[in-house]
Amino acid sequence: MRIALFVTCLNDTLFPATGRAVVRLLERLGHEVVFPRAQTCCGQMHYNTGYRRDAQRIAVHFVRTFSDAEAVVVPSGSCAAMVRDNYRRLAEPGSRLARQVENLLPRVYELTELLTDVLEVRDVGAYFPYSVTYHPTCHGLRMLGLGSRPYELLQRVRGLRLVELPEARECCGFGGTFAVKNADVSAAMAADKLGQVSATGAEVLCAVDNSCLMHLGGTAQRAGTGVRTVHLAEILSSTEQEPTVP
Amino acid sequence: MNGSRERVLGRIRAALADVPAGEAPPDVSVPQTYAASHEQGERLELLAGRIADYRAEVHRTTGGGLPDTIAAVLSQRRTRRAVTASDAPPVWFTSTAAEVVRDDGVDVATLEGTDSVVTGCALAVAETGTLVLDSGAAQGRRIISLIPDHHVCVVNASDVVASVPHALHRLDPDRPLTWISGPSATSDIELERVEGVHGPRVLDVVLVE
Amino acid sequence: MSTAFMGMPGFPRAARAAVNDAQLRSNLRTATRTIREKRDAAVSELDDWQDLRAAGQAIKNRTLRHLDLYLERLESAVQAAGGRVHWASDAAEANRLVTRLVRDTGESEVVKVKSMTTQEIELNEALGQAGITAYETDLAELIVQLSEDRPSHILVPAIHRNRAEIRDILASHMAEWGTPAPEGLTDDPRALAEAARRHLRDRFLTTNVAVSGANFAVADTGTMVVLESEGNGRMCLTLPRTLISVVGIEKVVPSWSDLEVFLQLLPRSSTGERMNPYTSTWTGVAPGDGPEEFHLVLLDNGRTNALSDTVGRQALRCIRCSACLNVCPVYERTGGHAYGSVYPGPIGAILTPQLRGTTAEPEASLPYASSLCGACYEVCPVSIDIPDVLVRLREQVVSQPGHRSEKAAMRAAGWVLGGHRRLGLAQAAATAARSVVPRRLPPPASAWTDSRDLPSVPGRTFREWWRDRAEGKESGA
Repeated sequence: MRIALFVTCLNDTLFPATGRAVVRLLERLGHEVVFPRAQTCCGQMHYNTGYRRDAQRIAVHFVRTFSDAEAVVVPSGSCAAMVRDNYRRLAEPGSRLARQVENLLPRVYELTELLTDVLEVRDVGAYFPYSVTYHPTCHGLRMLGLGSRPYELLQRVRGLRLVELPEARECCGFGGTFAVKNADVSAAMAADKLGQVSATGAEVLCAVDNSCLMHLGGTAQRAGTGVRTVHLAEILSSTEQEPTVP
Repeated sequence: MNGSRERVLGRIRAALADVPAGEAPPDVSVPQTYAASHEQGERLELLAGRIADYRAEVHRTTGGGLPDTIAAVLSQRRTRRAVTASDAPPVWFTSTAAEVVRDDGVDVATLEGTDSVVTGCALAVAETGTLVLDSGAAQGRRIISLIPDHHVCVVNASDVVASVPHALHRLDPDRPLTWISGPSATSDIELERVEGVHGPRVLDVVLVE
Repeated sequence: MSTAFMGMPGFPRAARAAVNDAQLRSNLRTATRTIREKRDAAVSELDDWQDLRAAGQAIKNRTLRHLDLYLERLESAVQAAGGRVHWASDAAEANRLVTRLVRDTGESEVVKVKSMTTQEIELNEALGQAGITAYETDLAELIVQLSEDRPSHILVPAIHRNRAEIRDILASHMAEWGTPAPEGLTDDPRALAEAARRHLRDRFLTTNVAVSGANFAVADTGTMVVLESEGNGRMCLTLPRTLISVVGIEKVVPSWSDLEVFLQLLPRSSTGERMNPYTSTWTGVAPGDGPEEFHLVLLDNGRTNALSDTVGRQALRCIRCSACLNVCPVYERTGGHAYGSVYPGPIGAILTPQLRGTTAEPEASLPYASSLCGACYEVCPVSIDIPDVLVRLREQVVSQPGHRSEKAAMRAAGWVLGGHRRLGLAQAAATAARSVVPRRLPPPASAWTDSRDLPSVPGRTFREWWRDRAEGKESGA
């Protein structure tokens, strides 16, 4: 399959290793990955902060960039949810954008959806010899309904010991501009989430969103706790020959 | 007064400018895919279990055993005086030693000095363990089942319905209704249910088969 | 408009104090956890929960889209059953109405059933100014009234207090209002409930006027519905001669049978019970049984503002169950007072700004009091998409004057993200500066770095790696 990667602006700039991991993983599974160079962002930050018109312009750019793709993979639950859930709300009913959005949406997948639903693979041949706990990020959990997909993939990674995260469904406190506008509450939520993570004793905290991991990882680093944050794609791309080192 | 009525209705109509003029309420469809009842168990067993969950006591008996059961319940709670509806069946009280006052407009002070109240009910809802009183036969005014600290409610097996939807279909909205699910309770302290505040703190349900 | 909450700071400032209050955090954590588990268990018993939600949502939508018709129908039905109907366009008018109705009875005391609507209009304060004393009879409202506090939760206004604090409040203040607390009162919830019973008993038996709200008002039949637990509601609804119910115009439902949906949704969502201990319904007056006089006051007070927004309108579906508060991670850490309104939590964050407008604080900051995690939408029994309405309100806030630096930053970011070349240039600038970014940044970025490290900026962006790889420079990382 020829899969277009929407890497997301955050991954592109701050977490390129995640993008590289997606490419390695999908190529290893025998698929072709393309990277439409015109891509920028999904518009979520603007949309969620109330800048609808700017978000609309970014959405127009996104659908134009990916209109011909056979499938679009997004290594971010919240960016995938932005496209799949909110583009419909951004487009005026009956507009050209609305038609383009309806046409494109069925082909946009978050990474774990692409793997389990479209490529129908659960054992991706990965090796990652660490204890890992998984935090289901809110938009992946509630807007996309990823459900058991990430766990099914993690369970089949050789060497990996999956540890259940207590109160996993609770938000980590990132929330985009919330982390800055309500920094005290956001920090309190992160501290509580990290408390739960520490209680598991896991070496690695994994998620499908680098935004939440950046917030939690930054908090953990400041607090000096030992847990490392790793995007799911980097675990799934890891092999004995080319291991991901957390 | 009239001015406010027109002002509020006018604001509502202005706020609903987006609703097409030709739209009628039934045009907004209501999916009725929810269940009429939930098949959670045999009706009487279910009712008894649910009521017990509220820490109310259930006493199962037959028509013939009813006077003795009522007598036993009243004696167990050390009732000296009980009030009942003016039209309650006299046979209910043929075994008890307690004084039984018929409600022919008993005043509040008398009710306050009465240990128990014995009533029937319009129906009971099995799934939720709820008794519904509608001031109908053998029930009396709402106040009599409220002031005494102990309520004995007689439920005929034939008046037990499965679910809330079934209950509403049988009830008459023109009558004042009181739905009772266990003794008076509060969840206001740390969100834990504690039985016993202003209403009757003890509820005995006599289920007659 | 609201005096109790007037002069409240914006949400972030109020929240900061709450977040640092260890006792409050612990009380809230215990209470919300308890109720969440109970709610989940009660809901999971019904395999048609999603069908009930869909029906509840649709019934409310139908009602709201034809609200004028249903209110007129309700009015006729109540009048036909012997009740009187009054309309109030705002809080001041409702308060004047109720004050006059109480004065007409010649009484100077009223007993009250817990009602959010009368809290919203600050009826007790208005009655007090007219020389009428209002006694709250719900245990939590009593605690709030005795301690001159403000409610912090829709269902359990004293949720921010634990049992020891409640004991102290009852022990020290009951005597000022009537029957004192018994000697040696302990913090056993049973003992506290018993104290409330003794404190209010005479009050119930001797007061001639009651004020209530209503959970539902049935248009077809004119029936009012009140759900409660303690029996204080039954006392107020049956003992006094005069009953005055203040009801928001959004509480109407079309028909009697619609209650089959809401009487299943509400108790399980709010207290996590299959059914609340007591539900009372009444239609006008019943001769010889209960009040001789019934007045219904229909209140707008900003509801038509909410109704006029096609996205925000859904907030009026709310049945005040408070399930959204109990699952909200923000509410759990701040409590209700930080929201500066009687409607706290996620529903308050969308309801308050719609009722009062978004130009002042705390209303302007409430739409941002959420990480948009969506837990509220998931549990809402009438499927109010709270995150969607929050975003809608954020759009309204940023369209107002102010927010200059944020608008400029967003505009700049929007421009950068409008094309990949601009993005590439911005990334190059970030990469060049990577070695000079300090660990802690000045405001406003300090809001991030106060508690979190920044990620280190990598030497090469993904798109640079991709380009290099395509040009055959390298294949690995």
